This record gives sequence, structure tokens and C-alpha cells, in this order.
Amino acid sequence: MRRLLLRAIGLLVSVALTVLGLLLVTFLIGRVVPIDPVLAVLGDRAMPDVYERVRIEMGLDQPLWWQFAVYVGDVLRGDLGQSVLTSRPVLEDILRVFPATLELATAAVILGVALGIPAGVMAAVHQGRWPDHLIRVLGLIGHSVPVFWLGLVGLLVFYARLDLAPGPGRLDVFYEGLVEPVTGVVTVDALLAGETEIFWNALHHLMLPAAILGYYSVAYIARMTRSFMLDQLRQEYITTARVKGLSEARVVWRHALGNIAVPLTTVVALSYATLLEGSVLTETVFAWPGLGLYITSSLLSADMNAVLGGTLVVGGVFIGLNLLSDLLYRILDPRAK
Amino acid sequence: MSANPNGGSLAGWLTADTPRSRAQARLGRLYRGWQGFTRNGLAMLGLAIVLGLVLMAALAPWLAPYDPYQQDLGRRLIPPGAAHWLGTDAFGRDILSRILHGSRLTLYIVALVTVTAPIAGLAIGTVSGYFGGWVDAALMRITDIALAFPKLILALAFVSALGPGIESAIIAIAITSWPAYARIARAETLTIRHSDFIQAARLQGASSARIILGHVVPLCSSSLIVRVTLDMAGIILTAAGLGFLGLGAQPPLPEWGAMIAAGRQYVLDQWWVATMPGIAIFIVSLGFNLLGDGLRDVLDPKSR
Repeated sequence: MRRLLLRAIGLLVSVALTVLGLLLVTFLIGRVVPIDPVLAVLGDRAMPDVYERVRIEMGLDQPLWWQFAVYVGDVLRGDLGQSVLTSRPVLEDILRVFPATLELATAAVILGVALGIPAGVMAAVHQGRWPDHLIRVLGLIGHSVPVFWLGLVGLLVFYARLDLAPGPGRLDVFYEGLVEPVTGVVTVDALLAGETEIFWNALHHLMLPAAILGYYSVAYIARMTRSFMLDQLRQEYITTARVKGLSEARVVWRHALGNIAVPLTTVVALSYATLLEGSVLTETVFAWPGLGLYITSSLLSADMNAVLGGTLVVGGVFIGLNLLSDLLYRILDPRAK
Repeated sequence: MSANPNGGSLAGWLTADTPRSRAQARLGRLYRGWQGFTRNGLAMLGLAIVLGLVLMAALAPWLAPYDPYQQDLGRRLIPPGAAHWLGTDAFGRDILSRILHGSRLTLYIVALVTVTAPIAGLAIGTVSGYFGGWVDAALMRITDIALAFPKLILALAFVSALGPGIESAIIAIAITSWPAYARIARAETLTIRHSDFIQAARLQGASSARIILGHVVPLCSSSLIVRVTLDMAGIILTAAGLGFLGLGAQPPLPEWGAMIAAGRQYVLDQWWVATMPGIAIFIVSLGFNLLGDGLRDVLDPKSR
């Protein structure tokens, strides 16, 4: 019990240090920006005495470590500052746009699991034959194609040429604003409101960006599944199962896959984290109003509070998912105890 | 040469079982590695693509049929054809010429990132692994924290602080990619730290700096080279992504990612403007990935 407690404390300290490191980085980035924070508030025609007073009010005359402490306190209380662009608190903005990103990344991860795991298993079972080569090629292409370009080509082919997918955005224009945002996830909101027509439209809009983004997680999950699976198929218990006369399907899908479920869970959690990041570029291409689009459009208008707030949130989610995958591993795998 | 059973040929000298000098042994190992490498068709394809990129960058002014900056509004958005193989963009500039000149920017970014980040990572990793104790604990905690950050988002934040531009993009990518190298260098250092030859060097009075630079660093470099080559495609993609968002190289520079962004609004009707630079990025990244895979098989047989 005591050892367990010590380990929990150790984990907690390491997470706290990581979060503090993230805060330090965003704080320092905020300090080195060539934009004068006082002038950003006052405009550049401020009188010198007004300038000085505001500078003191903003705490910029204090030593740097004190400013950092104040910053950490503010962030922990949920105060990420005001956005210059929308003139609303950054946190409020982020809460409004985050569900769109969550929807996109979740759809992509569902695709990744649904296609990647069977593909990886097939590749391992047929090692060195065409399913295996296919996975390698898919992975290689995934490592070499820029996601934003793939998005543009996807729009060109499936929207402009084949007319299979709708254009950018989350809904057709005439559906917009019809559903009361409850969760912020349009597909869920439409279902809650009983608007099946809007639900199908939203799903239709989700398909192409989720497929583009999901491609990367399919490639990653398939590759990891393949290598875990190969390790298992070499084990003696697999031979035993075969000798006992179990069908090959049962050996592969029950025995071997069952034993890699735990490491796979952590892989899926990690790929979720990468997808949140990958959505920055995908959202820009598909005009998807999520966190990624929020960060990039704030960047271009030099809205530092918004950029750093968005960075903090993505970083926090990233650290959280890393921690989650670590915890899942320890909880689910009895060997890790 | 009578002592050499393989005869007097160069290949025989290189593959001799009992090399007479350190140089012969070293060259012989390189030669064997090269032999293994050439048997790998995909790796050779990767090498050809990368060499092609270097040649393209070196000879761009002579290869390019047009001036990459010369605007000609009378000839804008011409589809690919005999006069303009890859078509022209919204300002009537020849896309092929721009891609050829853009290869210089790509190579410039890759070269600068790969000389800064791995060297920083190597320094931190070897020092951390060699000294151990609190130095190791402190440095590795920093590395782990840096590894836990999302790279692209952090690069975005850095660029926003430094101001858009190709140099900021390079700095941002370098700052976000050193931790992986530090981890690798530390792991390698730990495996050789207690070797007899390190102890011998220490007993002879060699300073820590000398041991790290002369003995530890060379032994870490092969796994680091593999990792760097494999990462080059990622560097190209990140740089192109920053360029696409308007945060990397600024117009009118013919950076491939920025070219895609410029062609974005025409993508539905004049598809070639955005598509062609993307194909260039794809081919070059593929080349680096294939080369990296091949190098890994030769230099780091354990990880196969």
C-alpha cells in the first residue's frame, strides 16, 4: 500500500513538473514576443505617463519570477486573458471551439481503430505477403504526404470532381444555427434535437476531413498492431492453442489479439493526442471551426493571449492523454504491477 | 600483397579478414555496409531521390526554364503543357521553375535543422548519461518535459513569438526536435559508460570532456544518424506546414508549402497550382524515408 502511494505521488509530481514546464514555455514565449503588451492595450499613441501607469497596473514592473507566479495563478484559476480579436475571455472562446476539434479527432480515431487493428492483424498473420506490404506502403505514404495537401486533393477529387463529399465547413449553410448547441458536437446536438436530416448533413461534412486525418492514425495503429501481433504469434502458448486443435481464427483473434489489447489501448490514446495536433492543419483546409483554426487565425492577427491559451490547452490535453495511457497500462496489465 | 589471400584487388583489400590498419578496418566496414545497402532496391531509390534533390538545388538556375519571380499577368493560370510543363500560377510564374528553386529552401531548412538539433541533443544526452547522478536526473527531467509537448503546436507558438519567416521556422523546428536525440544519445552512452576502454582512458588521466568527445560521441553517432535521416521527412513536412499556414517562408519565396497555400483558392478549377508543389514534397519526403529505412538496416541491425 505504501509503495503504491509513493508511486502515485511520484507520478503526480512528474505531471505537475511537466505542466509547470509547459506554463514556463508559454510564459517565456509571451515575454519574448516583439509586441509590447502595454501598447497592445493602449494603442501606439499613448502618453508616456499613461503608459507607465498601465505598465505598473499590468504588473510588468515586477521581477520576472513574480510575473511568472502571477501567470501560473491566473491560469490555474482559468484566466487565460482576453482575446484581442474577439474581445472575449480566451477560455470562453476555447470552450466554444474545442468540441469541433474533439468531434473531428474522435471520428478519426474511430476510423483508425476500426480499420487499423484488423489491417495490422492481417499483416502479421500474412507476414511478407500482400497485406503486409500494403500496410508498409500505407505507412510510408503517411510519413511522406503533407496532411494539408492531402486535404486539398481530397476536396478537389471528392467535392469538385466526383461530388461525393460536401464542401468545407461543418454543415451546409442553410442548416447552420438551426440546432441549439448543447454539447457543441454538431452530430450529437442534432440527434439530441431529433433533427435526423441535420445529423446526416453533419455526418456527411465530417466524413472527408475525418478520413484524411484518420488515414494517419490507421497507418500508425496498423503498424503497431502488426509488430505487437508478430511478437505474440511467436510465443509458445500460441503453439499450444494450435496443438489443442483450436481454429486459426480463434487463435489469432481471441488468444493473440486478447493479449495485445493493453498495449494497443495505450497506442490508441497516444494516437488520439497526435490527432488533436494534426487537426490544426486539417481544420485550416476544411474551414472546420475548431481549436486548430482558432490558433492559426489568432496567430495571423498576432493575438498572443489566444495563441498561448490554445497552446496551453492542446499541451494540457496532450499531457493528460499521455498520463492516461500510462495509467491504463498499469491498471489493465497485471504484469506491470 | 602475398599475405592477402584475396589477391590485390581493391574489394579484396577492403574485405580482408585481418586488416593491417585502423583505416583499412574502417573502410572495410563502410564497404560491407555499402554492399548491404546497394542490395536494398528501395533504399537505393531513396538515395537517388535525395541526390536528385541536391543536384536540383545546386543547378536550379540552369535547369529552370524561366525566372521563378518573373510575373506575367498575360500568362496566368496556364494549364500544364509544352511551354510550361507544370503550368503557371496566379501571377503567371512558371511552376516548374519555382519548384526547382524551392528545392534550395527545402534543403536549406533541412540542413540547418539537422546540424543544430541533433548536436544539441547529442551534447545533452552524452553529458547526462556520462555523469549520471543529479546532472542526469535534472537534464532528463527537462528532456521528458520537452518530449511531452505537442511539437507542431509549440513550433507554432515559437514562430508567433519570433515573427513569421524561414529563420523562425528553422529555430522553432530545431527547438522542438532536440529531446528525441538527447534520449537516444543518453541510452547509447549508458551502455558504454562502464566499458573497460572508458575506464582505461580515465585511468590514463583523460578529462571528462576528452572522453565524451573522443570516445562516447563517435559511438553514439551511428544510431543518431539513422534517426536524423528518418526525421528529415518530418522536418520537411513541418516546414511545409508552417509555410502553408503563412508562418514559414514568406512570398514571393518559392517555398513549396507556401506555394500550396497560394494555389489553395484556385484548387477547384486550376488544380495544378496547389497540386504540383505537394507532389514535390511527397517525392522528397519519400526519398528521405526510404534512405532512412535503408540506413537503419545497415547501421543498426538490431532494430530490424
